[in-house]
Amino acid sequence: MSTIYILWLRQLKRYVRSKPRMIGSLGQPILFLFALGFGFGPIYAKAGGGNYIEFLGPGIIAMSVMFTAVFTGIEIIWDRQFGFLKETLVAPVPRFQIMLGRTLGGATVATIQGFIVFLLALVAGFRPVSYAMLPLALVFVFLIALHFAAIGTAFGSLLEDMQAFPLIMNFIMMPLFFLSGSLFPLNGIPEAILAMTYANPLTYGVDGLRAALAANAHFAVSTDFLLLSGMTVIMLSIGGYLFSKIRI
Amino acid sequence: MNIIEVRELVKIFDGLTAVDHVSFSVSHGDIFAFLGPNGAGKTTTIKMLTTLLSPTSGHISLNGADPAKDQDGVRRSFGIVFQDQSLDDELTALENLEFHGVLYKVPRDLRRKRIAELLQIVELTDRKDDLVKHFSGGMKRRLEIARGLLHHPKILFLDEPTLGLDPQTRNHIWSYIHGLNKAEGITVFFTTHYMEEADRAANRVAVIDHGKIVTEGTPAELKERTKTQSLEDAFLALTGKEVRAEEASSKDFMRMHRNVWRR
Ligand SMILES: Nc1ncnc2c1ncn2[C@@H]1O[C@H](COP(=O)(O)OP(=O)(O)O)[C@@H](O)[C@H]1O
Ligand SMILES: [Mg+2]
Repeated sequence: MSTIYILWLRQLKRYVRSKPRMIGSLGQPILFLFALGFGFGPIYAKAGGGNYIEFLGPGIIAMSVMFTAVFTGIEIIWDRQFGFLKETLVAPVPRFQIMLGRTLGGATVATIQGFIVFLLALVAGFRPVSYAMLPLALVFVFLIALHFAAIGTAFGSLLEDMQAFPLIMNFIMMPLFFLSGSLFPLNGIPEAILAMTYANPLTYGVDGLRAALAANAHFAVSTDFLLLSGMTVIMLSIGGYLFSKIRI
Repeated sequence: MNIIEVRELVKIFDGLTAVDHVSFSVSHGDIFAFLGPNGAGKTTTIKMLTTLLSPTSGHISLNGADPAKDQDGVRRSFGIVFQDQSLDDELTALENLEFHGVLYKVPRDLRRKRIAELLQIVELTDRKDDLVKHFSGGMKRRLEIARGLLHHPKILFLDEPTLGLDPQTRNHIWSYIHGLNKAEGITVFFTTHYMEEADRAANRVAVIDHGKIVTEGTPAELKERTKTQSLEDAFLALTGKEVRAEEASSKDFMRMHRNVWRR
């Protein structure tokens, strides 16, 4: 436990100390909330969808949690380059605990980020249907955070430097975001694309979040929860395995 | 039984034999110097001894544990100062030490006491709450040495530990390590470019070149065998070359301080 705790604490301290990163990572959600929210809002309403910001809010929160979480995992690469990784790898503790502490730390950071974006969404006009559902929203935010922090850890363990980072962002993370129902409803989209969204963990995260915040979900909340939890356990196992294989 | 036993250790990196059938042993309480020019295979050997790298072949025993079978047993028995820096720059000196203490499960009270004591010795007490990224190279080195000793290891590995340190700090650190060696019986395995340092600090020396052990013995034996006055000349006689530093800047630094020491 102490191993997991100290690695978790370290991630949090690093996050709190890097103000530029914290503020920088709010740029994208602000842009999406305001530009898309106000830009597409009237069209969405005209098409009979209702209030777009109510639909978009949970999607943008999920998006920013996902990106923050992946990034915290990929930070392993920096630890490798700055040498700190060696300090943890020669310690007499199970590698999986180190991986878990890091990943939980990253997930916590991403969850905090999600809360900040929630506040920004309130500014943009978003209103949750019921504040009593916020704990459920928190559960989904944390699951998204944990799942994608584990993906980040997996990539961070595989890669030696940051060169492949844009590749991962543009060819994996961005498609996951666009094919998750974050920006548009899943009703009536082509079969092929629908199949991809069904294989996408973020789809269930966004949907669960939307169930909690906007009472407007595509699947049952239990389906969202079980599928996302299952995928998260698998991702943690893969991340843990790859982390245990790191060689300096 | 010796605290470090190495038999026929080999490491081959895609065709390049970095460590070539190396055998040596270190007794309890020895201060053992591993001397060799740049690229000789010193760091690779330390990495295999400390579970960071698995050998191509050969056998290692560290404090009775085999890194191939009992990694945690091996890991519990040593502290290490790596050749390249390995601190978290975004944490303070104290936080880096705390992190290490918790990771090695040093009980809180003992941890606090030991940290305060070590900070005093490496003269970083008044900087303990500063972020490490604001530290000079020498300060980082001192902090790493303190960290390596925090959990009372049986063996301390030091890979080029005093590179880039001023002579006072080097003296200071060595006198502390000697103290620990006497008081706690800690075994020290170090590599260095400073010949005088090996001569003065070590009671046993192994010279390695091109991955092979060239000779082994006490500094006095080595000098006698090569009929030279200093370990540096012995080294030159044995390997046909001067000990090269890692990089120009440190080489210059070393030369400068060698003169200071020779005065
Ligand atoms: N990971 C690696 N892959 C390939 N070659 C390596 C690797 N690590 C070290 N070497 C090579 O092994 C040799 C010994 O290196 P090293 O042990 O670092 O020497 P030293 O520490 O004595 O300066 C060098 O030729 C070095 O280039
Ligand atoms: Mg080296």
